[in-house]
Amino acid sequence: MSLRIVVCVKYVPDATGDRHFADDLTLDRDDVDGLLSELDEYAVEQALQIADEADDAEITVLTVGPEDAKDALRKALSMGADKAVHVEDDDLHGTDVIGTSLVLAKAVEKTGYDLVICGMASTDGTMGVLPALLAERLGVPQVTLLSEVSVDGGTVKGRRDGDSASEQLEASLPAVVSVTDQSGEARYPSFKGIMAAKKKPVESLDLEDLEIEADEVGLGGSWTAVDSAAERPARTAGTIVKDEGEGGKQLAEFLAGQKFI
Amino acid sequence: MAEVLVYVDHVDGAVRKPTLELLTLARRIGEPVAVALGNGAADTAAALAEHGAVKVLTADAPEFADYLVVPKVDALQAAYDAVSPAAVLLPSSAEAKEIAARLALRIGSGIITDAVDLEAGDQGPVATQSAFAASYTTKSRVSKGTPVITVKPNSVAVEAAPAAGAVESLAVSFSATATGTKVLSRTPRESTGRPELTEAAIVVSGGRGVNGAENFAIIEALADSLGAAVGASRAAVDAGWYPHTNQVGQTGKSVSPQLYIASGISGAIQHRAGMQTSKTIVAVNKDAEAPIFDLVDYGVVGDLFDVVPQLTDEVKSRKG
Repeated sequence: MSLRIVVCVKYVPDATGDRHFADDLTLDRDDVDGLLSELDEYAVEQALQIADEADDAEITVLTVGPEDAKDALRKALSMGADKAVHVEDDDLHGTDVIGTSLVLAKAVEKTGYDLVICGMASTDGTMGVLPALLAERLGVPQVTLLSEVSVDGGTVKGRRDGDSASEQLEASLPAVVSVTDQSGEARYPSFKGIMAAKKKPVESLDLEDLEIEADEVGLGGSWTAVDSAAERPARTAGTIVKDEGEGGKQLAEFLAGQKFI
Repeated sequence: MAEVLVYVDHVDGAVRKPTLELLTLARRIGEPVAVALGNGAADTAAALAEHGAVKVLTADAPEFADYLVVPKVDALQAAYDAVSPAAVLLPSSAEAKEIAARLALRIGSGIITDAVDLEAGDQGPVATQSAFAASYTTKSRVSKGTPVITVKPNSVAVEAAPAAGAVESLAVSFSATATGTKVLSRTPRESTGRPELTEAAIVVSGGRGVNGAENFAIIEALADSLGAAVGASRAAVDAGWYPHTNQVGQTGKSVSPQLYIASGISGAIQHRAGMQTSKTIVAVNKDAEAPIFDLVDYGVVGDLFDVVPQLTDEVKSRKG
């Protein structure tokens, strides 16, 4: 039987661009380029490797986001995923992580899955809790923050490197996995891959398709509220000296003046 | 007065500093009730009482160590049901954030992660967060349910505030999903004897300019002279010169020490995201145009192989 892998990916503003908040204190998407979150490329890569090892596997990439988010799906398809699902609905604007986990859980269930793979965090919100929420919603094991992952039959195994220890984990499928940037460099799409991606199916779903009410998501359905967002004042210019042989001593003098020594 | 649940991060009963910071913040909102789980849970009571815990709820069972995350969610939910708190605070460790998220969903509450400050407000606790690689500061609150908030290390100075710290045993019944993910083995990280990166008052980091694993010895020597933790940029980690657990930046640790010393680090956005909120920033770099110099309080344009050892010697002689 085919191993059904769903990779959840996010379309994010380029972290090297100038990111801002819009007037409603959601992300301003107009003034910055978007792309597939770098950390989700690792998830796509691990899905491809697991699929290679399996006798028969199908990889679906799933995203929730505006029209432009298709770019993220195309990138994942050009890397080698088989098909894509795009959840798009005007009522989703401003959805928080709890709401996003609801939409993803419904979409994953509708698609059918044995294994869900996520990146460790998004590069914009950076919360890193979505995979855990997804596992809670789906009622399946959470095998998260893996630096190494493998699937053997109906079992997923992996290594989770924590602050105080490194753990070997194991769970039965179906399961939700997240992988870190240590799991292995993501491949670049080949020219052939880019061409093939144009012909791969991208299914569009809206809230009605997923039987989600508009007030369960969006800014209004959010369980958190951002009251203000202020640009951090630029740090005041410091003292820069050129090392003429005494640079280390000058630095020590500064640190002593600040009572660090 | 309303009670505030504080999830205790401890190693075999030794309470880690971020938990004491949480107790300090919790007292702004209400009376801290600590929840300590696993081996040595009851041994945490003295330190927690010293810092304001009126009660310490403890539970120990093999499940906490043998299975990932969910048993702890079950226990924290049991504590939530028993106390009906005004808020639940957890440290922003990878595991505690996952526990926080699952608890929030179960109790129908919003979640805020990685707060750097917390104040009482008319509509509940107000959390300060850094966004977009710390280029923005936001104020947020949970608008539904009981606020579940995780707080980054080094967000507040620890204050002692002795309280009763009465130990009570917490009854936990594990959910059907508790045993879903088995921990087959656990290899503790070898101690370097240096402070924990995210908790350290001073961090000394090396980047591409360090140019080799063996050269990190001079970064470590400076760190040891200052009693600091050692960090590394992604470039240095990707090159295999230093372990990933020490990586500072967007995909590594985010640190906010009193003093951050960047050596041979250009200061790309990816790195700045993890250290920009440090109180005092110092850099040594050969390239006068490196973006890191836009952030510094004091910068030395020069060869780190000259400047850093000289600084280390000077620190040692001044400390005598």
